[in-house]
Amino acid sequence: MRTFHTSTLLVGTFLACAATFAGKSACAAEPTLPPQVAEINAAIEQQWRDYEIKPAPDADDATWCRRVYLDVIGRIPNMKELEQFVQDRSKDKRAKLVEMLLEDDRYAEEYAGHWATVWANILIGRSGGQERDSLTSRDGMMKYLRDTFAANKPYNQMVYELVTAEGSTKPGTEGFNGATNFLADKVNAEDAVLATSSTSRIFLGLQVQCTQCHNHPFNQWKQQRFWDFNAFFRQTRALRRFVSGTNDVDHAELVNEDFAGQANDPSDALIFYELRNGLVKSAYPVFIDDTAIGTSGYVSEVNRRQELGRLMMESPYLDKMMVNRFWAHFLGHAFTKPVDDLGPHNVPTHPDLLEYLGTEVRKNSHDVKELIRWITLSRPYQLSARHTTINEVDDPSVGETPKFSHFYLRQMSAEQLYQSMVTASGATAAGSYERQEQQRRQWLQQFVVAFGTDEGDEATTFNGSIPQALMLFNGELTNQAISDRDGGFIKRVMAENKAPRDRVNHLFLAGLARRPTRDEGTIATKLLVARGGNEVAMLQDMWWAIINSNEFIMQH
Amino acid sequence: MNYSAFSTPAGMSRRHFAKHMAGSAAIASTAFTFGNAIAANADQLRKNRKSAILLWMGGGPSTIDLWDLKPGAPTGGSFRPISTTGDMQISEHLPMMAQQMKHMSIVRSMSTREADHNRGRYYMHTGYVPNPNIEHPSYGSVIAHELISQRPDLQIPPFVAVGGAGAGPGFLGMAWAPFSVTSNGRIRNLDMKIDDKRLMQRVAALDLIESGFVKQTRPGAAGAGSPAGEHQKVLRKTLDLMTSDQMKAFKVEQEPEEIKQRYGTTGFGQGCLLARRLVEAGVPFVEVDLGGWDNHDGIFATLADRKLPELDKAMSALVEDLAQRELLQDTAIIWMGEFGRTPRINQGGGRDHWARSWSVVAGGAGLKGGLAVGQTSSDGTEVESEPFSAEDLMATVCKGLGISLETTYTSKNGRPMKIAGGGKLIQELLA
Repeated sequence: MRTFHTSTLLVGTFLACAATFAGKSACAAEPTLPPQVAEINAAIEQQWRDYEIKPAPDADDATWCRRVYLDVIGRIPNMKELEQFVQDRSKDKRAKLVEMLLEDDRYAEEYAGHWATVWANILIGRSGGQERDSLTSRDGMMKYLRDTFAANKPYNQMVYELVTAEGSTKPGTEGFNGATNFLADKVNAEDAVLATSSTSRIFLGLQVQCTQCHNHPFNQWKQQRFWDFNAFFRQTRALRRFVSGTNDVDHAELVNEDFAGQANDPSDALIFYELRNGLVKSAYPVFIDDTAIGTSGYVSEVNRRQELGRLMMESPYLDKMMVNRFWAHFLGHAFTKPVDDLGPHNVPTHPDLLEYLGTEVRKNSHDVKELIRWITLSRPYQLSARHTTINEVDDPSVGETPKFSHFYLRQMSAEQLYQSMVTASGATAAGSYERQEQQRRQWLQQFVVAFGTDEGDEATTFNGSIPQALMLFNGELTNQAISDRDGGFIKRVMAENKAPRDRVNHLFLAGLARRPTRDEGTIATKLLVARGGNEVAMLQDMWWAIINSNEFIMQH
Repeated sequence: MNYSAFSTPAGMSRRHFAKHMAGSAAIASTAFTFGNAIAANADQLRKNRKSAILLWMGGGPSTIDLWDLKPGAPTGGSFRPISTTGDMQISEHLPMMAQQMKHMSIVRSMSTREADHNRGRYYMHTGYVPNPNIEHPSYGSVIAHELISQRPDLQIPPFVAVGGAGAGPGFLGMAWAPFSVTSNGRIRNLDMKIDDKRLMQRVAALDLIESGFVKQTRPGAAGAGSPAGEHQKVLRKTLDLMTSDQMKAFKVEQEPEEIKQRYGTTGFGQGCLLARRLVEAGVPFVEVDLGGWDNHDGIFATLADRKLPELDKAMSALVEDLAQRELLQDTAIIWMGEFGRTPRINQGGGRDHWARSWSVVAGGAGLKGGLAVGQTSSDGTEVESEPFSAEDLMATVCKGLGISLETTYTSKNGRPMKIAGGGKLIQELLA
């Protein structure tokens, strides 16, 4: 009866932690919170007052626990983790949970893996390294990022390494440096145009792709700026290394070579670009703040990418971009839309807060975990997803700017779903880490659709559309999750609980972090009858229904 | 609460069962609508029903090398023009299309402003420039939404994107999102491998959880427009599709070998063939994607050796096949990409992005064929006749499909929005 007991406790704790309307939940707010949290709260609350919005109440503990596991380590909590948190009576339990996920050795691997996955998708897209002739090694990228997040390397240090990396892309090869994978497929074609636009957009929030060919009417960046920035990448090549005796690319090596420039004078290596009217202009490496570096193309005199990395590390745009991206990750919307456009034409929703947090991350050495603490402990992250008449104007889905007065419902990413299914029901491939990682990647790949452009644009069909629904209805992952095999989740639920009711409770807590309603209990009973009293079959049906529900797939 | 799923007589077919559920409909907050009742006069409806096929050229095709050649001009490139069955000349690398041009017209005076892939893709698909505060519905979603009433018996998605992602439903909601399939029409995870009765019982349990969550997160408006509510709608469409024998339309491999060969055994060829099958089955909008037009380097070899032969075979087969089956008169075909390419040939022997003067091709569904509408300057850099926009093209296609241009949607934030962005008709194309 152990589990029945704890389930009862869960209910009790839900009530004890019911949020008060003033927003100071009995279970949150502690005086020991970092000062940045109070600053975030003040700025967000000020806007609520300005717009006469009342925020949603705080989310209950179990919902919040599910939320923070998903966002910080990329999966939902298992039963034990959920119970442990809900039963904790201490006042600073939310801060303690964040601390545990960030610092406890038991979570180190999952934390690093989750953030590596998130960042690999940002840096090389979901399709990067998946094509046979790709110069990118997805394994190499992931390895670098896992190490980076495991060590909690300062964010600006990571950016510097990605921008300046030299060496081999593939783990196990001589001179391996996984950071090279960010640029490996972006420097060779079209004079490194893709390296230019990706680097400035991802790390500085400057959208320059349109200015490659012309001065854009809505964008302060001019064509000259684009090619000035581009000049930093012109010493760089990705060299193909072949599988010996074949024409198959094994990996690539990212190298810096002396650059003679287009006037063929390495001591003054300039480049040319064409205006729309055919006029030709010249460009040298000049950073966005007008800082120029030496014009020599000799790597021994000027290593252009190192100069760029150095300048980027000092740029306030880098600070703001870091804040904006992490904020969007946790709150569902950035301070700007899109997240990676900080240009002067695109005014943020909370400009002062963004500015302040940018300054603070710099003061705190671009410590990623510190920024995660500030955001996850801030008031907007505590709120429930309940959308009611008192906050209905705050609806970014209809084009309103986000006010963060309730938690915005959003679908899990395909990666979060996969990890959650694995956690919730042990639906996973057996075998080595490599084998499992390969299966995961194969599964993820089914949702990626490319747009056929040189910029590698892509979309995902894991967007709440029919292919996704079919996959969750009938796919292999679901079949594994609901399988009645020995040692599988359903059999474990059978073994760990005595009464049918407790078993159904177990399913709801594991999947949805709540107990079933009365109607849900009734339908479980009906299913049991329909299955001729075969309880395993009933649990399979119920578990299928749970993992297919909106409540399961949504981050809420 | 009535769990009708648990009291169905054994031996009922899945579809029959679905209807039965729709009848009792007590579980969900809104009724399930598995396969609507078939209208009395289905034949009459089938006769008048319109469809559209968009051939989407991802990357921005070089229309100056395909449809509006400038032989002899410094910008002209190396291709020569050839005569066609229409009143125009096109590229020598499109000989099979040349035979079909009597059915299709070229609009040579497209002039747009978006020369970035993402912005151009959005604009050409919606007739609106990107706006951070609103997501506009794409061509496919709009046309599917407007033409669905002509096919009450349709059980498969009304907007299918073949070999690409298509473009989104915007504020019309996920129920109008493109159903994205590969060009061989293979659909993953279609079969649940359990009996119908058990499936419906599972669905009953699922629907209970779904509805509870919608109420909990959005108590007021029964979840209208919320992510939780949209999820519920998509699940219903998914069930509809799983239980429909109309899905055989996707089995492109069942076509006779000579037809497959005529379309070409390329991805795009099979995609065009699939589009025809889907239109025959009653799908109102199909988009077929052919990428790889972003030819900044070495454009002429790429076009002559790879892109144009693939396009020529597939597109000409589609036009010819639809015409022979007397479907072309009710099916609009639109060929376009996000923009054209620079008349100037760059240092790498390629062409860059160019939106100021370029071409699209359209025909079918009452649009006149065999015409070249509008003209560009002798080097292709300027439009010298009335310029047309994405909105104008979309308005003209909608008119051909019998969709009223007065149709107005209300976006989620209450803004009224005219269909096709209030574009003006390209009169020359209309009979």
